[in-house]
Amino acid sequence: MTDQSTATEPSGPGGPPPARARFSPRKRQQISRAVQYVVLVVAAIAVVLFVDWASLAQNFAKPEVARETLPELFTIALKNTLIYSIGGFVFAFLIGLVLALMRLSSVRPYRWLSLAYIEVFRGLPALLIFLMILFLPLALPGFEVPGGLYGQGILGLTIVGSAYMAETLRAGLQAVPKGQMEAARSLGMSYSRAMITIIIPQAVRIVIPPTTNQFVSLLKDSSLVLFLGVSGEYVELTKFGNDLASTYANATPILVVGVTYLLVTIPLGYLAARLEKRQGKGR
Amino acid sequence: MTPVNHAVEIRDLHKHFGRLEVLKGIDFTVEPGQVVCVIGPSGSGKSTLLRCVNLLEQPTAGKVFVEGVELTHVDVDIDAARRRVGMVFQQFNLFPHMTVLENVTIAQRRVLKRGKTESERIARDNLDRVGLSEKADSYPAQLSGGQQQRVAIARALAMSPSLMLFDEPTSALDPELVGDVLTVMRKLAEEGMTMLVVTHEMAFARDVADRVVFMDGGVIVEDGPPDQVIGAPQHERTKSFLRRVLDPTHTDV
Ligand SMILES: Nc1ncnc2c1ncn2[C@@H]1O[C@H](COP(=O)(O)OP(=O)(O)OP(=O)(O)O)[C@@H](O)[C@H]1O
Ligand SMILES: [Mg+2]
Repeated sequence: MTDQSTATEPSGPGGPPPARARFSPRKRQQISRAVQYVVLVVAAIAVVLFVDWASLAQNFAKPEVARETLPELFTIALKNTLIYSIGGFVFAFLIGLVLALMRLSSVRPYRWLSLAYIEVFRGLPALLIFLMILFLPLALPGFEVPGGLYGQGILGLTIVGSAYMAETLRAGLQAVPKGQMEAARSLGMSYSRAMITIIIPQAVRIVIPPTTNQFVSLLKDSSLVLFLGVSGEYVELTKFGNDLASTYANATPILVVGVTYLLVTIPLGYLAARLEKRQGKGR
Repeated sequence: MTPVNHAVEIRDLHKHFGRLEVLKGIDFTVEPGQVVCVIGPSGSGKSTLLRCVNLLEQPTAGKVFVEGVELTHVDVDIDAARRRVGMVFQQFNLFPHMTVLENVTIAQRRVLKRGKTESERIARDNLDRVGLSEKADSYPAQLSGGQQQRVAIARALAMSPSLMLFDEPTSALDPELVGDVLTVMRKLAEEGMTMLVVTHEMAFARDVADRVVFMDGGVIVEDGPPDQVIGAPQHERTKSFLRRVLDPTHTDV
């Protein structure tokens, strides 16, 4: 590479001027930026010219169809999405906590069991887990998931979420300084007492930001409930949008449902980021 | 059974960390009401010895008795035994998610099963003892290091221990805060508390201790009254350690 400073340096006296780059770094940066803007403008013009806006609006943003989604969009679909994902989150959290404690246990088989569960269910696609639940009655005749369709949906999301939650909580538990357990034990608390009153509350605080993100991802995965064959009062947002879109042969409900997801996920994302920042400062 | 008149009795204590032998046979007693200061170079095993007294470290061999109860016995109720032994750490180790008052009441409530009003009264009495009654509703992060350490002392005292262990309680403090903590400890000693203190504060050891124990390389090198161990040490290792501590600018490496 040629010397960066050649552009500003006056050529030395006497000898031939040092080899100069054709453009100075500043010049090169300007050109690169200009090219980027040109590409952007060309792309925008192409989109405007080649997209059939009228037909797109007809298909994705038809006010009459959008109106048809109300009020069920909120009273049924969003409500069910929240039931599935909050339910799944709560159980995933509890099972994740048990798995995390097993992972840190002094009993080796517990550590193995927990590790096996985490590795298996973290490695499987969420859809596959829902399909397994769908076929569960075939594998175990007479067995029924308690809570009907809600129960099945929540079970699926619990399995999907718990493996990740276990890893997050384990990291949280390990992030609590060792001195906390020692102080608690030196006050006469048993191991489990110290875990419950001293360690777990601090670990939970530490993992709030990452678990908020995990809730967002469970909320999105709740769309997979679709594959359990839910209908009527059990539909969640995606199934709801899909059904209406077929009914009206129009994609507007899909767009409406998408916006509804974002109404929940974007604020939660910001909340997680803020909590993370606050924690970074507070500790 | 050992006679009950020793507050602490340690017999031929050994501790290994893997292949590293940190304590190489410690024999040692503390009588009720005594203040014993443990001094010695870094890595000599002082903290390990202290932590063996309430079994935060499991000894590899040897016996530890507190008030005649053998803590190293396989069937001992270690949680019950620890209630009689308070411990104060170099890093305070207050519970950051609880207020000062909750820090001082939580073990009373959960371990001793004292009621809310009783535990709060005892907590406030002990916060008063360390001069921090007005900080009851603060969180640890809002206090200075010296205040945090005094809360930690109050937290241990609230369990009504018969023995207090201190592991370099002032080493993490800014110099101007050391005095407050030492004053509290001195008061505690005057009230007759049995104390085992690992410290680098030679003035404190000389003034307050009934006995000073000098450790080096995992053994007790010298054990006696402060005038003797600090004032007129017999062993070369003690002498050179004291020279380094008392006159740090003249180290003979
Ligand atoms: N948990 C542990 N695992 C392995 N080695 C340890 C452990 N705790 C202490 N040690 C080692 O044991 C030796 C004695 O440590 P100890 O903390 O008892 O020394 P100390 O006298 O308290 O020193 P200091 O004045 O620095 O606190 C050191 O070499 C230390 O590295
Ligand atoms: Mg130490």
